[in-house]
Amino acid sequence: MNINVTLIGQMIMFFMFVFFCMKYVWPPIVGALAEREQKIAEGLAAGEKGRHDLELAEQRATELLREGKEKAQEFIANAEKRATELVEESKLNAKAEGDRMIAAARVQIEQERNQAREALREQVAALAITGAEQILAREVDVNAHHELLQRLSAEI
Amino acid sequence: MAGESQSPSEYIGHHIQNLTFGRTHDGHWGFAHDAREATEMGFMSINVDTMLWSLVLGVLFIWLFGKVARNFSVDKPSRLQSFIEVIVEFVNGAIKDTFHGKNALIGPLALTIFVWIFLMNLMDLVPVDLPGAILQGTDIHFMKIVPTTDVNATLGMAITVFLLMIYYGIKVKGIGGFLAEFAFHPFGKWLLPVNLALELVSFFAKPLSLALRLYGNLFAGELIFVLIAALIPIYMQWVLSLPWAIFHILVIILQAYIFMMLTIVYLSQAHESH
Repeated sequence: MNINVTLIGQMIMFFMFVFFCMKYVWPPIVGALAEREQKIAEGLAAGEKGRHDLELAEQRATELLREGKEKAQEFIANAEKRATELVEESKLNAKAEGDRMIAAARVQIEQERNQAREALREQVAALAITGAEQILAREVDVNAHHELLQRLSAEI
Repeated sequence: MAGESQSPSEYIGHHIQNLTFGRTHDGHWGFAHDAREATEMGFMSINVDTMLWSLVLGVLFIWLFGKVARNFSVDKPSRLQSFIEVIVEFVNGAIKDTFHGKNALIGPLALTIFVWIFLMNLMDLVPVDLPGAILQGTDIHFMKIVPTTDVNATLGMAITVFLLMIYYGIKVKGIGGFLAEFAFHPFGKWLLPVNLALELVSFFAKPLSLALRLYGNLFAGELIFVLIAALIPIYMQWVLSLPWAIFHILVIILQAYIFMMLTIVYLSQAHESH
């Protein structure tokens, strides 16, 4: 074990290798390892975020579905109500129309009866006058008693 | 097994001798031919094998990791990239657990220490006679391929870490704060000399323990492989060398880890006041 210049040589060589390692080996490898670590962390975070988003979307979908169902229910209820209303309304309309038609018919019947009665009365009056004329042909002067006869016929 | 001309002790000595280049006592430059000559070369000599193998393994580390870093794919990692990632994550995790300051150097430093020391330790699992067999017939008589069994290598790293501790200690706490830690801790200002003695010893023990722990473990491991190869007949060697090699797989990883962890702890202490 002789100590000689080798000692100095080894120190220089050691220093040199550390220098090269510091310049060309350590920083790129450690940097790349850190980069990979970050990438993995980012990937995991993205995965977590994706899962969270999916959960939110599922929640929203459920909500939308529920809302849609509610709306549909509401529409059906409205339609049913409207249908009932329409039926009710048409019933009322029909009833009113019927009443109106009955009333019109009644009026017409009344009119026709009045007309018939009028005609009958006129005919009876004429008949009475004719009868009376024939009875009274001899003793009643038509001209003298015309006014009386007119009143009579109006009273019948 | 030892060559015909070698005694076991010669064989062992041969295997724990670095290939040292320097100036011999007769004045010309060249490789040392034995341990005594290498020692006589003194400080102005260099262990060529330690330098060569640590350089090759360090370049291998930078090349391999640099390649992966250049072609890094965040989404589709290749098998090699996944493997590298595991190592980097492991080192980064150790730093995050222990080191709470902000420092761009600590990561590359810890990674380099861990991988480089591991690769150097791994050379321990190469059969002890393989380099010698390959170099047979050449002028190169010694070849220790495990740089961490050379105290120069481990001490070099430990001293570098030590200098970084001082640098960051002064940078973070200021020169006053840095020195105050030696003076007023653990017993308060009335026992300043005691504090100084305790703290200085523990401070200088840090790089020494770092260097000698790694060197000792690996040198001992290598020595046991050499001993097995030297003393046991070749057909029986596997009985001991195989279990030892399997056990040694643990040791080389553990030693690399300990060196890295202690470096992180020491630098962490340099960043925090007590």
